[in-house]
Amino acid sequence: MSEIGLPLDLHFVLSRARKCGERLGGDVHDRIAAAVYKRAEMLAARVVQTPSERAGEWDARLDDIFTSRALGYPIMLLLLGMVFWLTLAGANVPSELLAAVFLDVEGRLTAFCAAHAVPPVVHGILVEGVYRTVTWVVAVMLPPMAIFFPLFTLLEDLGYLPRVAFNLDRFFKAAGAHGKQALTMGMGLGCNAAGVVACRIIESPRERLVATLTNVFTPCNGRFPTLLLLASLLTGGSGPAAAAVVAGVVLLGVAATWTVSFVLTRSCLRGLPSSFALELPPYRPPQWGRVIVRAACDRTLVVLRRAVTVAAPAGAAVWLVANTHWGGVSLLGHLAGVLDPLGRAIGLDGFIVAAFLLGLPANEIVFPILLMGYLATGSMVEIGLGDLRTLLLSRGWNGLTALNMMVFSVLHFPCATTLLTILKETGSCRWTVLAAAIPTLVATSVCFATTQVARALNP
Amino acid sequence: MTRDGTELPRPVVALAGNPNTGKSTLFNALTGLKQHTGNWPGKTVACARGWYRYNGQTVTLVDLPGTYSLLSDSPEERITRDFLCFGRPDATVVVVDATCLERNLNLIFQIMEVNTRVVACLNLMDEARRRGIRIDVPALARELGVPVVPAAARRGEGLTLLKETLHRVIEGRIHPAPRPVSYDPELEAAVAELAADLAVLSREGLNPRWVALCLIAGDESIIPKIRTFCNGKETQGDTHVRNRVTP
Amino acid sequence: MTLFGLHELPVGCTGEVVAVRATGPTRRRLLDLGLVPGTRVKAVRKSAAGDPVAFRIRGALVALRREEGSTVLVRPISMPGGDR
Repeated sequence: MSEIGLPLDLHFVLSRARKCGERLGGDVHDRIAAAVYKRAEMLAARVVQTPSERAGEWDARLDDIFTSRALGYPIMLLLLGMVFWLTLAGANVPSELLAAVFLDVEGRLTAFCAAHAVPPVVHGILVEGVYRTVTWVVAVMLPPMAIFFPLFTLLEDLGYLPRVAFNLDRFFKAAGAHGKQALTMGMGLGCNAAGVVACRIIESPRERLVATLTNVFTPCNGRFPTLLLLASLLTGGSGPAAAAVVAGVVLLGVAATWTVSFVLTRSCLRGLPSSFALELPPYRPPQWGRVIVRAACDRTLVVLRRAVTVAAPAGAAVWLVANTHWGGVSLLGHLAGVLDPLGRAIGLDGFIVAAFLLGLPANEIVFPILLMGYLATGSMVEIGLGDLRTLLLSRGWNGLTALNMMVFSVLHFPCATTLLTILKETGSCRWTVLAAAIPTLVATSVCFATTQVARALNP
Repeated sequence: MTRDGTELPRPVVALAGNPNTGKSTLFNALTGLKQHTGNWPGKTVACARGWYRYNGQTVTLVDLPGTYSLLSDSPEERITRDFLCFGRPDATVVVVDATCLERNLNLIFQIMEVNTRVVACLNLMDEARRRGIRIDVPALARELGVPVVPAAARRGEGLTLLKETLHRVIEGRIHPAPRPVSYDPELEAAVAELAADLAVLSREGLNPRWVALCLIAGDESIIPKIRTFCNGKETQGDTHVRNRVTP
Repeated sequence: MTLFGLHELPVGCTGEVVAVRATGPTRRRLLDLGLVPGTRVKAVRKSAAGDPVAFRIRGALVALRREEGSTVLVRPISMPGGDR
């Protein structure tokens, strides 16, 4: 130390600490844990009186049902199905109501612009671009999220979700992933950005990254309307056949999640540390009021705010792309022309690929952009199912196109909000790039394969 | 930014605890809706901040991520440890699950190593009662050396007492005197030796015993933090010179 | 005396931890859970798929996989009984 004239600095202390650790045999953690738990045991024995009869018997009885071999999985599917049905059925009415209100306001805004001689370009960008995109996203996203997130939070509050992870862990372990990934995927059904944030519940670094990178294979609320629409176009109605088709592509997403997790954990994530311990907390009666407030504030509003901040500039950009003409064709048309060969190769066309690219800010606007391109109207539109069918057929669509668009929608790159969230969560550009590249590669290959197979079978 | 809590409006109370102890419920019950969730700069985990008024004082409450330990190496644990160790909260509430006390004592013993102004909040008392678990609260407080407040945050039980206790701790009218665990003699000797060196080296506010324990346990992630603490606001050379003269 | 891995402990049985063989983060995680030598652990239930298994450790119910469980050596001390 200072008496013997050695400069006392941090390096010195650190090397000394290292030597101490070595001298103690490297099991310092064991010594600490042993001492702490010995004291804890003694203390608890002195101050806690536990009844010999277990009073919380109903906890065990609930677990007997929820984790049983026979009932565990059926109950899980039933609950998931119920959450889903409530979300889809419950969101319809408020979505339509919101859309009607927004349309009414849009009419007034347009009238106002006309009355005050606002230049058409300004009106176009602000009303047909920004306003229409933002309100579209809000009308499509807000009601399902306001129903889905509280329901999901309710299951979380009840203590049921850890049991789902418990039951499904074996399935995920086979892919090198964590049982809790089932929960992050569930969250992803609401919104992939929220699903990525939910990956925080996975403590083990490797499994957390796997869950983050594959969350996009779970179709979110923003993609479901597109999937439902395409499925009903494909099967000619919205009956059980359409539901089966949607279920099929969701299962395709699960298969992609599993396969990509399997490959990642055996390739680039191999060296990352991995450990598993899953606490099963006691069941607790949910706190209804708090659940609704928490789900509304923490999840719905946060996700919505991010989506809107992304959708507003995107609306302006899309409007400009669709309305700037060059050589008699809009930029959107030119873009579609360039992308057409690629689109054809994977069973789509240039406009569909362009719509997916321009729809990067939010998946909800992919279909509206597509219609805008086909109709060359210059702003986003919505038309009836019958007209839509005629329009798409006139554009050379067939069953394969619809199917491929569904497949591409489920498997393609995450939206901008999700990518930003991944960047924030992982703090790494490399993982964010991979999070976009992997799904793009998967979606392109799968669509390419289905197209080749279909063409070979049906020349 | 608010990385180490020194720029948060004082007094600052940190809220720590194992996962599933109703920590967030307590946080929400104390702050009402006066909170905002923010991401910590460069970190992956959200820390909610909120505030409440008690006795004319506005108290900032920081909800730290739930952890089982401060010595493992997950992002949550690093954030909690860094805040407790370097954020210098005016008081720390450790939320403890009354139905599962023994397991929760691990964290409270570790936190008592880091900070002295600790209050234990024995949450989920309603559930413990329902299960017929009885806890001798005064004896627990005596054994730990810190105030213990029984509570059932879901029903709003014990909140006023908790605020009052915190108020007194912040004002310095209660002096918690934690009785942390003593380790085996070999480890204790090594810790004492290293702590003495660290005490010389660092400016006030660093807990030498705890840092020594971390370093001996081989936790390297704490080193950059100590470095800033040793140099802090002064220039590098300056600290060394001054420190060498001080003892 | 026969030692078992924790994963071999039949549901309903209690064992006493003799040693933890895991290394690295897994070891720390297991220590944090309170799995130090002398700790009593009870196998409470298997998941619907048979693995992981939930154990009662110091009052908490924690599920461990076969991989983690096999690193914890226990001495069986009691046969099936209530869940506590």
